[in-house]
Amino acid sequence: MRSWTDMAFILVVVLDLFVLASSRLGAAIRAVALQGALLSLLALLLASSGHNMGHVLLVAGGALAIKAILIPWLMFRAIREMAIRREMEPLVGYVPSMILGGVGVVLAFAFSRGLPLPTPEMHPFLVPTALATVWTGLLLVVSRRKAVTQVLGFLVLENGVFVFGLLLTGFMPVMVEAGVLLDLLAAVFVMGIVMFQINREFSSLDTDAMSSLKD
Amino acid sequence: MILLIILVSFVLGASAFAWPDNRTRPRLLLVGAAIHLAGVVSLWIHPEGPVLSGYLFLDAAGKVVLSTSSVLFVASAIYAQGYLRRRDDRDNRIFVGGLLVLLSAMTTVGVAQHLGVLWVAVELTTLATAPLIYFNHNARSLEAAWKYLLVSSLGIALALLGTFFLALSGAGPGGPKSLLLDDLIRAGPELSRPWVRTAFVFLLVGYGTKMGLAPLHSWKPDAYGEAPGLLGALMAGGITNFAFLSVVRVFQVTRAAGEGAFASDALLALGLLSMALAAVFMAGQRDFKRMLAYSSVEHMGILAVALGLGGTAVGGAFYHVVNNGLSKGVLFLAAGNIHRAYGSKRTDEVRGAIRRLPVSGPLFLAGFLAVTGTPPFSPFWSEFIILNGAFSTGRWVVGAFFLLFLAVIFIGMGATVLHVVQGDDRGTPARPGFGDGWLTAGPPLVLLLLVLALGLWLPRALQGLFAAAAHLVTGA
Amino acid sequence: MILRALFQIGILLLLPPLLLGVVTRVKAIVAGRRGPPLLQGYYDLARLLRKGSVYSRTTTWVFRAGPVVGLAAVATAGTMLPAAGQPAIFSFAGDFVLFAYLLALARFATALAALDTGSAFEGMGAAREVSFASMAEPALFLCLVVLARATGSLSLSGMLGPGLATAWSGAAPALLLSAIALFVVALAENSRIPVDDPGTHLELTMIHEVMVLDHSGPDLAFILYGASIKFFLFGALLVRLVLDPRVQGIWGAEAAFVGGLVGFAVLVGLVESFMARLRLTRVPQMLVGASVLSVFALVLLLR
Repeated sequence: MRSWTDMAFILVVVLDLFVLASSRLGAAIRAVALQGALLSLLALLLASSGHNMGHVLLVAGGALAIKAILIPWLMFRAIREMAIRREMEPLVGYVPSMILGGVGVVLAFAFSRGLPLPTPEMHPFLVPTALATVWTGLLLVVSRRKAVTQVLGFLVLENGVFVFGLLLTGFMPVMVEAGVLLDLLAAVFVMGIVMFQINREFSSLDTDAMSSLKD
Repeated sequence: MILLIILVSFVLGASAFAWPDNRTRPRLLLVGAAIHLAGVVSLWIHPEGPVLSGYLFLDAAGKVVLSTSSVLFVASAIYAQGYLRRRDDRDNRIFVGGLLVLLSAMTTVGVAQHLGVLWVAVELTTLATAPLIYFNHNARSLEAAWKYLLVSSLGIALALLGTFFLALSGAGPGGPKSLLLDDLIRAGPELSRPWVRTAFVFLLVGYGTKMGLAPLHSWKPDAYGEAPGLLGALMAGGITNFAFLSVVRVFQVTRAAGEGAFASDALLALGLLSMALAAVFMAGQRDFKRMLAYSSVEHMGILAVALGLGGTAVGGAFYHVVNNGLSKGVLFLAAGNIHRAYGSKRTDEVRGAIRRLPVSGPLFLAGFLAVTGTPPFSPFWSEFIILNGAFSTGRWVVGAFFLLFLAVIFIGMGATVLHVVQGDDRGTPARPGFGDGWLTAGPPLVLLLLVLALGLWLPRALQGLFAAAAHLVTGA
Repeated sequence: MILRALFQIGILLLLPPLLLGVVTRVKAIVAGRRGPPLLQGYYDLARLLRKGSVYSRTTTWVFRAGPVVGLAAVATAGTMLPAAGQPAIFSFAGDFVLFAYLLALARFATALAALDTGSAFEGMGAAREVSFASMAEPALFLCLVVLARATGSLSLSGMLGPGLATAWSGAAPALLLSAIALFVVALAENSRIPVDDPGTHLELTMIHEVMVLDHSGPDLAFILYGASIKFFLFGALLVRLVLDPRVQGIWGAEAAFVGGLVGFAVLVGLVESFMARLRLTRVPQMLVGASVLSVFALVLLLR
C-alpha cells in the first residue's frame, strides 16, 4: 500500500513538471485532469481507520468529479470554441520553466524538513508534493501568456492546496472541503465566462494583447 | 438577525437576476440597503449572541466594519438609482444582482468567527465583483476584470493554504483541532509555532492581496480605474475594509500563539511599503480614477502600520476603517460623476470641475482634503492617533516615514485634484445630460458631511466601540 | 572466472550489430514490411571491411584517426560494465566518470574527423550533435549519481552489483525515475528518434549521419561498429539497472541479460516507430526534462 501512495505522490510531481514543459494545451489539460484523478485516489489511500469513511468518499468523489471530469471538460470546450491549440513561447521559456520547477521541488523537500508535523505523519511526501505543486501553479500563472494556461496554473495551484488539505481530513468539517471544491468550480466558471468575452473582444486569448493599462 | 441580514441580501440578489424590468430593478438595491441598515441598527441596540454554534457572531471589530459598509451601501444604493437610470442603455441585471450578493458576502465576512467561513465569504466577494468591473463592456474594463480575477483568485488560494496551515498548527495533541477563532486564541501557546508563522505569511499575502497592500496591489489601479465609480466606492470602502478585518482575525490568532512580534514586523514592513509605493505612483498620475486606487493602497498601508504598531494605534486603526470607508465613498462617487460629465478620466482633458459640476466638483476637492488627513475632517484624527501611538512607543523612524509619505501623497494627489477641479472648463469634452442630480450628488454630499461631523464630534459610543475592538486585538 | 570474463568480452564484441538489426526489424514489422535479415549488421560490416577507403584531399591524419579512436574508446568503456554478480574487467572507485568520458571521447573524435573534412554539412552535423550532447551529459551524470547514492558505491561494478537489490527495495520510485531519464538519454546519445532519424537521407535533417558522410570502407565499418557498441553499452546499463536484482544464478543472469538487451532493442524500435522526430528546439527541452527527473529522483533519495 505504501508504495502505491509513494508512486501517486511522485506522479503528481512528475505531472507538474510535464505541464511546465508542454506547449500543447490539450496535453496540459489532460495532465491536470490526471492530477485531479490522482488526488482523488490519494484521498482514498490516505484515509485510515480513524476517519469518517462517508466524509472521505465524499471528498474523493467530489475531487474526481470536479477536478478530473467537469473542469477539464469545460476547458476543452473553451479551447475548442476559441480554436486555440498551442501556447506561444511563454515569458519564461520552457527550459527555464522546467529548471525552476525542479528547483521548486528541491526547495519543497528542503522546507518540509524544517516544518515538523504536529499530527502523526500521514506520509512523508505529502507536504513536499503540496508545496511543489503550489510553486508550479504560481509559476504557470505568472509566466504564461495565454489566458487558458493561466487558468490551468490556477488549477494546479488549487491541486497543491488540496493535497495539503488531505492532512486535515481527520477533523476538519466537510463544509470547508466542500466549500473549497465549490469555490474552485465557481472560480473556474467565472474565469471561463471572462475568457469567452476576452476572445470575443480581442479575437485571441493572448494576454499580451491586454496590456494597455499601465502607469 | 445576523442570518436574516445575510440571507435577505442574498435572496434579493438572486431575485435581481430573475427580475424582468431593467428600469425598476435598481429599486431592489434600495430595499436591500434599507433592510441591511435596519438589521445593523437593531444589532447595535440588541446585540445578538453567537449563531450557528459559534460560527457567526458580531463582535466589536466586526461591528465597526459592518456599520461603515452598511452606511456606504445605503449611499451607494441611492446613487445607483440615478446612475443606472442614466445608463439605461445597459442591462443592469448582473450589476444589481452582483452588488446584492456582494453585500451578503461582505456581511458574512464581518460576522465570521470561523476561519473557513471567513475564507469562503472573501472568495465570494471576488467572484461577485469581477463581472461587475466589466460593466462598461470595453476592452480596458475586460482587461481590468481579468487581472482582478486572476490576482485575487491567486491570493485567495494562498490564503486557503495559510488557513490549512493554521488548522494544522492546532492539530497536534492537546491542540484545539478547530478553526473557530475563540478556540484558536484560547489554545494560543499550544499551537505549533513554525506552522503559525508560515500560516501568517501565507494569510497576509492572501488577504493582503484582497486589501491591496503592496506589492500585491497590481490589480488595484486597473480595477478601480475601469470600474464604475459606484463599484469603486464599494470596493475601496467596503471590500478592502473587510479584507483588513480578515487580516485582523489572523493577527489575533498569531498574537495568541506568541508570534506577535514577527507578525507586527511583517505588517509594518508591508504597510510602509504600501505608503511609499502610493506616494511614488501618485505623482504625475494621468488618470484621476487610478490616482484614487493608489490612495486606497496608501490607506490600506496606514491600516497595516497601525495594526503592526499595536497599543493605542490599533484603536486608531479601527477609527480609520470608518473614515476610509466613508471618505472613499465621497471620492469615488464624485469622481464617477466627473468622469461621466466629461466622458474622460484623463487629467489632461478634464479641467474646471467646480464650474461644471457645482456639487461634485467641490466634493471631489473636499474628499481629497479629507482623505489626506486635513483637519477638521475625521481622518486627521485617526491618523493622529496612529502617529501618536508610534511616537509614544518610541518608534521614531516609523513615525517619521509615516509623516513623510503622508506629506508626499498630499502634494502628489493635490496637484492632480486641483488641476481637475480648478480652471476653466471651456474646451474640455462634455457630455450633456450628465450634470449633477439629486440622486448622484446627494449621497456623496451626505457622506462628506458625516466625515466632517465625525471629525468635529466623535460620539462616545463610537469611541467605546473602537476601544473594545482594539482590546480584542491587543488584549490590553 | 576467466571463462566468465571471456564470455563478457565476447558478448561486448559480437552482440551489438545484432541489436541494431533487431531495432531495424521491429521498425519494419510495425510499418508492415518484412525488413532486412537480423544479421544484416554483420553482413554490412564484412562488406565494408573488404572495400578500400577513399580519402578526400582536404583531410589529414585526424580524419583517419577518428574512427579508430572512437571504436577503441567505446570498446574500453565496455570493459567497465560488470557482469551479474561479478565486478567488471576494470573497476575502481569513480570509474563511471571514466565511462562517461570515454563515450565523450568517442564523440569528440568523430566530431573532429567531421570538422576535418572542411565541409559545411559535416560541420553542421557536428555542431548539432555536440550541442545536444552537452545537455545529455548532465542528464547521464545525474542518473549515475542517483545510482551511486542509492547503492552507496562509486564504481559501476558496485552500482550494478549486489547493492542494487537492496536499493530497489528501499528506493524503487527514485530508481524508476532515473531509469526513465536514462532511457531518454540513451535515445539522445544514440541518435534515435525522437532526437535524430537514423534512416533519413536528407542532409539538412541529419545530425549523426551527416558527421560520418565522408567515411568509407573500413573507416565506416569502425564507425558503424562503434555506434552499435555504444547502443549496446546504454542498453546494458539500463538492463542491469532494471533487471539485474531479480535473477539468480550465473548463467541464468547472463541469459536474462541478453534477453533484456533484445527487449531494450525492441523497445527502442517501438519508440522509433510510434514517435516522430522532435523539432530541433524541443530536443533541449526533452533533455532538460530528463535532467530534472533525475534531480527529483536524487531529492527523493536525499530526503
